[in-house]
Amino acid sequence: MKKYIYYPGCSLERNASAYNDSTLAIAEPLGMEYQEVDDWNCCGAVEFIAVDKMQAYALTTRNLALAEQQLSNGEQMVAPCSACFLNLSKCDAYLTASPDLAGKINQALAAGGMHYTPGRVHTRHLLDVIVNDVGYDAIAEKVKKPLYDLRIAPYYGCLIVRPGFLDKFDDPEYPTSLDNLMRTLGGTVVDFPMKAHCCGGHMTQISDEIALNLINNLLKNAADYGADVIATICPMCQLNLDAYQKDVNKALGTNYNIPILYFTQLIGLAMGLSADELGFGKEIIDAAPALAKIGVKPPKKARKARPSKEALPMPTMPEEE
Amino acid sequence: MTVDASLKEVSSSAATVPRRTFLQEVIEDTPGSDPRFEMCIQCGTCGGSCPSGPDMEYSPRRIFAMIEANMREEVLKANTFWYCVSCYYCMARCPQEVHITDLMYTLKRKAIREGYCRESSASDAPDFSEYFVDAVLKYGRSFELGLATRYHLRHHPLGAVKMATGMGLDMLRRGRMDLTPRRIKNLDQLQAIMAKAEEIGRVEREQGGIR
Repeated sequence: MKKYIYYPGCSLERNASAYNDSTLAIAEPLGMEYQEVDDWNCCGAVEFIAVDKMQAYALTTRNLALAEQQLSNGEQMVAPCSACFLNLSKCDAYLTASPDLAGKINQALAAGGMHYTPGRVHTRHLLDVIVNDVGYDAIAEKVKKPLYDLRIAPYYGCLIVRPGFLDKFDDPEYPTSLDNLMRTLGGTVVDFPMKAHCCGGHMTQISDEIALNLINNLLKNAADYGADVIATICPMCQLNLDAYQKDVNKALGTNYNIPILYFTQLIGLAMGLSADELGFGKEIIDAAPALAKIGVKPPKKARKARPSKEALPMPTMPEEE
Repeated sequence: MTVDASLKEVSSSAATVPRRTFLQEVIEDTPGSDPRFEMCIQCGTCGGSCPSGPDMEYSPRRIFAMIEANMREEVLKANTFWYCVSCYYCMARCPQEVHITDLMYTLKRKAIREGYCRESSASDAPDFSEYFVDAVLKYGRSFELGLATRYHLRHHPLGAVKMATGMGLDMLRRGRMDLTPRRIKNLDQLQAIMAKAEEIGRVEREQGGIR
């Protein structure tokens, strides 16, 4: 068992819980053991740095400092979310490059009795770890139900391949690691020239017109090449392509119906795990027809939202000026 | 009055910090060791690579030229950096390895601090960032429903209705949205760190003459 420190990030707690479930479900069979960062906080996404630089870096560094406390034998940290991966690795790279910034951030951390040594915690994306640490051969040995007949568009999005602050594990323009992984699972990988283009990120909240066009570009590209599903490695990409697909159809007069699945869900299916334990049924564009193509039964019913044990009371609306 | 005394008077009446060009100011306000902003050769690879480039008032290339020309107000009122999607294509392709994406964040912060963001054609965008930050400072984690509700009710009431009946409902039904926020255990510690970080940032700007 290879040990890793695990940073799930806010999305994986709820909106991308299917990603979390499937990541944890395939860990043991792939020989990976995770220890979650205790009491981790938000990585800052792309919003915090737009408001306060020093706070944004202190926020991200608190997670690195927590992970540093948990290190026992040089483990690396794994982040399944591309934005968390980018923030954690970029923060560490900038703190290492700038002793001035590192000094100031450690001064802020000291107010909470914490400290981080730049360079101590190496953060990697889950895809990198799966293809390079576990490796294609070991995965191929675990494949029990190959995904023959499933036409997969491998979607990387941006932040996992660009700009590559710590590791450049794949090409920033035309990455191929996820393609090879999907082929290892027996899937048919379709050509997907837009595989490293942007899903729109937070633009869905800021400008419908820009965001829906960016999403449309990707869906059209996948549809043109006859993809049954798009395999994704990021909760933001999944959310934009899945939850806004109906809006794209409505606004642009298209008729897409492409399920957006996490690559970990597809690994799990190929390893013979059930659709239930891999978080299927939470996607908005129903994956059942695609699952039927490879002889997998969809889960009986979608799980309902249940308030979590840690849930707080409903917040009140802040006063607007 | 002695020469010494008159010199003292001059230095205390003038700003204690020499006036910076806009370019120097954005360089100093950008994290990392060296953002290389002065290295831009105006080739336009950034604008040509930008997914929202066509919707920007000024392309990133032009923003660099405007910063060099000290066009502070025009730059800070632009929608350019608010339409940045953080895809890092510009940064990956820049032949001069300029940290272009980091410039966009620096301009966002300056436009918020100096109030110019209200005059931008993307004037909703700063609130989205600020509401996100508020929730994280309050709970330690992001809270999608609270953020989306507050933001849409303020800016797109119709969008809030659409969300509540369409996509938002789909997300709730599938158990993909929390109705209530989640809070980290050691919130006091995080808030103490954040308060100190805010202070350090403020002092750094004051001492550096950065607005």
